[in-house]
Amino acid sequence: MSSTSPSTSTGPETGTARVKRGMAEQLKGGVIMDVVTPEQAKIAEDAGAVAVMALERVPADIRKDGGVARMSDPDMIEGIIEAVSIPVMAKSRIGHFVEAQVLQALGVDYIDESEVLTPADEVNHSDKFAFTTPFVCGATNLGEALRRIAEGAAMVRSKGEAGTGNVVEAVRHMRQIKGEIARLKGLDNHELYAAAKELRAPYELVAEVAELGKLPVVLFSAGGVATPADAALMRQLGAEGVFVGSGIFKSGDPAKRAAAIVKATTFYDDPKIIADASRNLGEAMVGINCDTLPESERYAGRGW
Amino acid sequence: MSNTPIGVLALQGDVREHLAALEGAGATACAVRRPEELAAVAGLVIPGGESTTISKLAGIFGLLEPLRERVRAGMPAYGSCAGMIMLADKILDPRSGQETVGGIDMIVRRNAFGRQNESFEAALEVRGIEGGPVQGVFIRAPWVESTGARVETLAAIDGHPVAVRQGNLLATSFHPELTGDHRVHELFTAMVRAER
Repeated sequence: MSSTSPSTSTGPETGTARVKRGMAEQLKGGVIMDVVTPEQAKIAEDAGAVAVMALERVPADIRKDGGVARMSDPDMIEGIIEAVSIPVMAKSRIGHFVEAQVLQALGVDYIDESEVLTPADEVNHSDKFAFTTPFVCGATNLGEALRRIAEGAAMVRSKGEAGTGNVVEAVRHMRQIKGEIARLKGLDNHELYAAAKELRAPYELVAEVAELGKLPVVLFSAGGVATPADAALMRQLGAEGVFVGSGIFKSGDPAKRAAAIVKATTFYDDPKIIADASRNLGEAMVGINCDTLPESERYAGRGW
Repeated sequence: MSNTPIGVLALQGDVREHLAALEGAGATACAVRRPEELAAVAGLVIPGGESTTISKLAGIFGLLEPLRERVRAGMPAYGSCAGMIMLADKILDPRSGQETVGGIDMIVRRNAFGRQNESFEAALEVRGIEGGPVQGVFIRAPWVESTGARVETLAAIDGHPVAVRQGNLLATSFHPELTGDHRVHELFTAMVRAER
């Protein structure tokens, strides 16, 4: 080790916007997988996942079991943190800032304030600036995405419809968000004020999106991705990476399917590689037709 | 030859930020995902990301050996964070089967500063970079545990090297690509131009 090496000139600062948003930038091009045990977490890591989402039940089981879905048991989350070296995310209920405080105390790397769990507050989301741990939040449209960013979210995922194995809602939400961003780019300065009012989002954020042509944070897709082609579809539609929930561990051969989805996410624009990745994966999760889902069982409508 | 682009390994990670930083430093830049794309660049940046994922994908898609060959043959390379891990000859605590490209005679410790809650920013003096400190953004960052004689330490925190250079190879624990300050990329671009 060099004895003459220069040292730091100012003290370190944690929890800055750059550190929180920058963490999500490192996940780009990757797949974040739902896992319910340390063994599943290891399978996900070995398959090339960039992070895992630690939860007690995957969304498909939350649907089946019904009842109130809450933050996972700390023992279970810690078991997963110990099992892998990749980042570990965990979910809090919408507006349940104490669950979020607990997750931060446990040392998770990202908190998902998630509609998949039963909301704890039907008016307010958590104040995400109050945390060192960064947050990812779901959105079905641009206004919702910008409201979450205004509350401090450092990453956004389109919601889709979790636990269905049906990509149709993920596509709808991604197209909605990208379409609204494209529309903003065509507006002049006068029109952006009215656009902010329509979007129910702060003018400064709306103007920033119009200028950048993208969200100021990383945008992933979630909710219904079950195959390598689904993952590649979401990336071609503009997602910078994908969350896969029930799609992996509710399938016939999770390790193989997980690795295949990782490959297709990296080479999302190369149909030959997607074709190879799609061979002999065994049974996909059965899936649910979203148009037969009653309104009360749709998660995407949760969040305000 | 002077227009030969600098590549950014685009298997996973903050590729777009490195492409923008290289262009901000006056270089032509392109993404590299395939061996034939690697063959067409004058230098390579390995971005930040998840080192286990990048290593895995580099193996699956036949890039590890071509990467090692080019680095051995003297191609300039720069790695930030996960990229630093990929350029290390040895990882202190590798995941099973985690392979690196290697080239820099050092041992790195992954996630050495802690988990995301411990991720931080700090201003750093970096040897060879003029004009005041560089804002170092450390995200679940590695540090260098020990180095061989040919490795020059450019910056350190609490005695742990966080920026190193060995010949044509440069590595930082932190992410200059996230700051809009292109001086580290200017240094690397100058290394690539000197090699041409």
